[in-house]
Amino acid sequence: MSVKAPRISVTVAEVVEVNPLIKRFRFVRSDGQPMPPFSGGAHIVVEMDDHGTRRLNPYSLMSVPEDSSGYSISVRRDDTGRGGSLYLHQQVKPGMAMEIGYPVNLFSLDQRAKKHLMIAGGIGITPFISQMAQLTSLGGRFELHYSVRNRELGAYVDELKALYGDRIHLYFDDEGDKIDLDRLLAGQSFGTHLYVCGPKGMISWVRSTADAAGWPKGTVHSEEFLAPPVGQPFTVELAQSKKSITVGATQSLLEAMEAANVDAPYLCRGGACGQCETDVVRCDGHIEHNDHWLSDEQKASNRKIMPCVSRFGGTTLVLDR
Amino acid sequence: MGMEFNKETFRKDFTFKNSAKAIKRFPFPFYEDSYMYSVNMEPHVPGPKGSVFEPMFDVDEHYVAEMQDRAMVLAEDPLRCQSLPHMTLAGWDLLELIMESKARDYPEWFELHKDGHNWHWINRPLGIDQKFTFLDESTLPYGPMEYITRQSQGDFTLQDQRDDNLWIEAGMVTTQADWSLDFDIGMSFHEWHAPVPRAHELGVFDRALKFLLKLQHGAPVRRFNWTLTVDPLLDTSPENYPKWGPMRADISPENVGERMYLRVELQTLHRLPRSNAIAFPIRCYLIRFDDLVTVPKWGRRLHRVLRDIPEDLATYKGFLRNRDSLVKWLSQYDDGAPTSTGWMAD
Ligand code: HEM
Ligand code: FES
Repeated sequence: MSVKAPRISVTVAEVVEVNPLIKRFRFVRSDGQPMPPFSGGAHIVVEMDDHGTRRLNPYSLMSVPEDSSGYSISVRRDDTGRGGSLYLHQQVKPGMAMEIGYPVNLFSLDQRAKKHLMIAGGIGITPFISQMAQLTSLGGRFELHYSVRNRELGAYVDELKALYGDRIHLYFDDEGDKIDLDRLLAGQSFGTHLYVCGPKGMISWVRSTADAAGWPKGTVHSEEFLAPPVGQPFTVELAQSKKSITVGATQSLLEAMEAANVDAPYLCRGGACGQCETDVVRCDGHIEHNDHWLSDEQKASNRKIMPCVSRFGGTTLVLDR
Repeated sequence: MGMEFNKETFRKDFTFKNSAKAIKRFPFPFYEDSYMYSVNMEPHVPGPKGSVFEPMFDVDEHYVAEMQDRAMVLAEDPLRCQSLPHMTLAGWDLLELIMESKARDYPEWFELHKDGHNWHWINRPLGIDQKFTFLDESTLPYGPMEYITRQSQGDFTLQDQRDDNLWIEAGMVTTQADWSLDFDIGMSFHEWHAPVPRAHELGVFDRALKFLLKLQHGAPVRRFNWTLTVDPLLDTSPENYPKWGPMRADISPENVGERMYLRVELQTLHRLPRSNAIAFPIRCYLIRFDDLVTVPKWGRRLHRVLRDIPEDLATYKGFLRNRDSLVKWLSQYDDGAPTSTGWMAD
């Protein structure tokens, strides 16, 4: 069972080069209606027709949740990836018509928190931008620790400083700055919730440090979208739809199913939400489980696969779809 | 549209009555001749014209009387409406959802004018004209959830989502089938469903929760629940049990048609945009057995459903002691003819 919200037809209102790696895109509704409000930390899926390949990539919303005039996202260019970010950087221009999904939040604020302690690495700053805007209008307490490679690549550093002053703490890698996490966590008062978004290494570092310091599981929140990795092409049989499909090198299994008109559920398209979970009927070969959803035992059993990010190598893979 | 609202009561003299039109559009909940729990959810998309699914929130001839009954319940027991402090934002989300839906679906009765956060709400059937500031509680006579649900038929609960679970942490509950918000508040999905027989073993709650955690804004869903009630009493709450529990002993073969009611809940589930919470409106429809059997298919089917329902479900729903009398009475309306699937009258 999967019930999807309608798509929203949008026009690209603005494309801004934030720094050499990051561009910001603003979308307004093509029908002139207001955008739905959303909650800080939500993302949208942006649909692209990338030279005949239909891509749907998730990006965190970074606009003000109460601003119904449009949505903004920031996209970091990934030169070695499969192309979604390159397409946005190179092909998408103001005035273009595109389609986006309704906002979905897999990284929401815990409204019970007395204080929100946020830790961002690089482009992981984007969900915090909408969260801080929402907390500001609700009167919530927060503090952000934002680590970036250098001043040039520190997206929105000046804007955030100007808006939130000493609630923003900056760390520049090439100047030798490092978040003193042990001290930071030790100094928090009861009722603080911890949020982290950034590279994989940072998330596991923050999670394990908080765990060692005795933070209850429910007070630590993280979000990491995986970009579907590229790989060797492979063939999959879909038992219910009675189809055999080939997944291209820069295509995900989910995209290949969609291209074959097979209705497959999804929400995050980044291995985090669990919505695309699919039963494996037969597997002669090796599944590259790239998701954060399945447990290690489930991964080892090869009875389930997450088509949004996982791939296959071997002779036969049959799925219950 | 121009509808008269009934002058009627849901207590003491019980003057509640369904018009012919209300009987015709009654949401009969049984798709087939038997009943068992299942993950019965479908998209809450506008249904056939005139049906209770046509609008997002149905407003019918009982509207004004139901709101008066709710005010009386609240005056006696304010704990029927509760909202934990972190749920206020979800309350605003609900207020916006209901006001926008009603103004769109019933423009002759409701109007909503927005100028930024300065809102103007007009509710003609209840004679309300309110200017207020959206997201500023001090500009309304009650908190946002209480304000809007004093103007909306059915019970409402708001669930926060965290730790891969849903937590019932706010609600307006005055027309419930024997459960208590004051008791359940703060519980998680499986905890508040603990008293339900069989459904846990059938995996209904595991699957339903998994689905709800992924529920999307803009894609509400709906399901039915049902039970039986003696007399058209909306407030069959545990708090009120001494008033309605003993009434079940009054049922005899002579008064089944007049005093037994099928009680149907049309439940919808909506992801709320600003709070990421889930709203759960539970809209209750009552129909007297005498009126129900005027639709031959419904009479036949209700007879078969009640006759064959497992004992633990009948016990849980509270009609086991009267089941034999009900089935006997209903059997007069079942000639054994086949029925078509679906709930529409044949
Ligand atoms: C998130 C919103 C929901 C809330 C707040 C809610 C609340 C409740 C409550 C308070 C009860 C009565 C339990 C008691 O006896 O104390 C109940 C019963 C029940 N619920 Fe839910 N529920 C929700 C969603 C669902 C969903 C999505 C399903 C299934 C798909 C479901 C299936 C049931 C069933 C089968 C019963 C037994 C009803 C009967 O036989 O009368 N509920 N629910
Ligand atoms: S779509 Fe979210 S895990 Fe695959």
